[in-house]
Amino acid sequence: MSFDSKQSLNRREFFSYLTVGWVMFTAATSGILALCFRFTYPNVNFEPEMEFVAGTPSDYPAGVDERWKNSYGVWMVKQEGKLIALSNICTHLGCIPNWLPAELKFKCPCHGSGYYMSGINFEGPTPRPLERFKVGLQPDGKIKVDKTKVYRWEKGEWDNPESFLEV
Amino acid sequence: MLRELINKLSDPIISFPMMTFAFYLMLKHYKTVGTKKFAYWTIAILIPVIVWFLADPNFFSIIKTPDNIPIIILLVLVGFFTWFWLYKAALNDTRIEEGLCPIEATPEEREKVWVWPNLVYTELFAIIACTAFLIVWAIIFKAPLEESANPTWAPNPAKAPWYFLGLQEMLVYFDPWMAGVVLPGLIVAGLIAVPYIDTNPKGNGYFTFKERKMAISAFLFGWLVLWVYLIIVGVFLRGPNWTFYGPFEYWDFHKVVASFNINLSEIIWIKMLGTGLPKNLVVREIFGIILSLSYIIVIPPWAAKATKAGRKLIQDLGVTRYYIFMFLVLMMTSLPIKMILRWLFSLKYIVALPEWELNL
Repeated sequence: MSFDSKQSLNRREFFSYLTVGWVMFTAATSGILALCFRFTYPNVNFEPEMEFVAGTPSDYPAGVDERWKNSYGVWMVKQEGKLIALSNICTHLGCIPNWLPAELKFKCPCHGSGYYMSGINFEGPTPRPLERFKVGLQPDGKIKVDKTKVYRWEKGEWDNPESFLEV
Repeated sequence: MLRELINKLSDPIISFPMMTFAFYLMLKHYKTVGTKKFAYWTIAILIPVIVWFLADPNFFSIIKTPDNIPIIILLVLVGFFTWFWLYKAALNDTRIEEGLCPIEATPEEREKVWVWPNLVYTELFAIIACTAFLIVWAIIFKAPLEESANPTWAPNPAKAPWYFLGLQEMLVYFDPWMAGVVLPGLIVAGLIAVPYIDTNPKGNGYFTFKERKMAISAFLFGWLVLWVYLIIVGVFLRGPNWTFYGPFEYWDFHKVVASFNINLSEIIWIKMLGTGLPKNLVVREIFGIILSLSYIIVIPPWAAKATKAGRKLIQDLGVTRYYIFMFLVLMMTSLPIKMILRWLFSLKYIVALPEWELNL
């Protein structure tokens, strides 16, 4: 008799086994999921820094300056007394437009979107102008471009004094 | 002279209507197109034309790009199989008109064979032949090894894989959200829905066009004109900056095409009414919103009541099927409509709400 009762579980034991098993299963699953989640973040990040110092305003001639395009993805545009940091990501589908000095426009190689020097869109399928980044002067007179802060024309943010530098 | 004319004619503004018309002619006269005589004449005429095309250095340099050669082979296959289907369908339709059964239903064709070994052996042979062909191919035409990826630089022109170039061409006329997500999703959903929408029991197991006119025309229009034709444009006629280049044109990086696109709201409020754009977003885009909604909501019930084809269709399909079918057809035709509006009126978006990332 006693042997038989040892073999089978009573109700209380069954639930405690079930609880232990369920807790372990949950822990293992969430551990795996946490590892997977961690895996989505790279160990080394080759993306350019989000903030950089871009020389002094007098370094830039009037027009479009491409010196930060390949390293930070930013065009410095000096026009009508303003110096702006223009994003080089097309607002249509995220390709990288080219600056065409002869035609005075940015032209996207993917679907032919075109932008004026100011970043305003005028041709192709792009629905809105290029985005501008925050630019500011450091105490030493150098320009600091902050790509974490974005100013969008269609939201009326280009009037924001942080989106351009008076030169 | 002739080359310049062909360059002009192949601009999508002209070649798209021409292709649509050619497609219409092909289906209207499918019994003429679907004959061996027609095929031989076409080949006889095409060979000297192709030789003349290839004699042009600019055309030849596009054609001989290693990436483009398989596309050309596939295009030849598309042409052949389209003709082959027309040929078989024309034969069967003539027989059906004479009161005979389709060729596939004749006693000598009805003989049944086993999948194993008859079909499996054929498939095995096809697999081996394809693999051998691809290996030889890979040895002869080497894939280019380019510099490592750079997130701040894009090749010019930046082209998708060839099978997506139809989609990329669509993106020229649409917002990425529409042409990249909604319309491709509807293509997939629509193809899945075909067996549930199509209640016509005919054409099962044999070639025919007459008995399934609407289904075949709608599918082939989407396939040949809206997909294959756009791939041809995307592969061969789009050069740097995604500008259009004729088949004999040199891909000059500095070719300037004057284009200035405006939204419907700007046409109406600024050009026609003379007032500025209203501040309120919904008021600003109200005309486009009304137009788009009425396109989707008004046309199907109107067609079901007022047109003969619509009345027949809703009777054959039932109400639910009819509205799903009409929705899919309207979404498909929205692509050519948007293209034509762009060409005629430089229209960018009918509804332009970049503030809400919604542009139609």
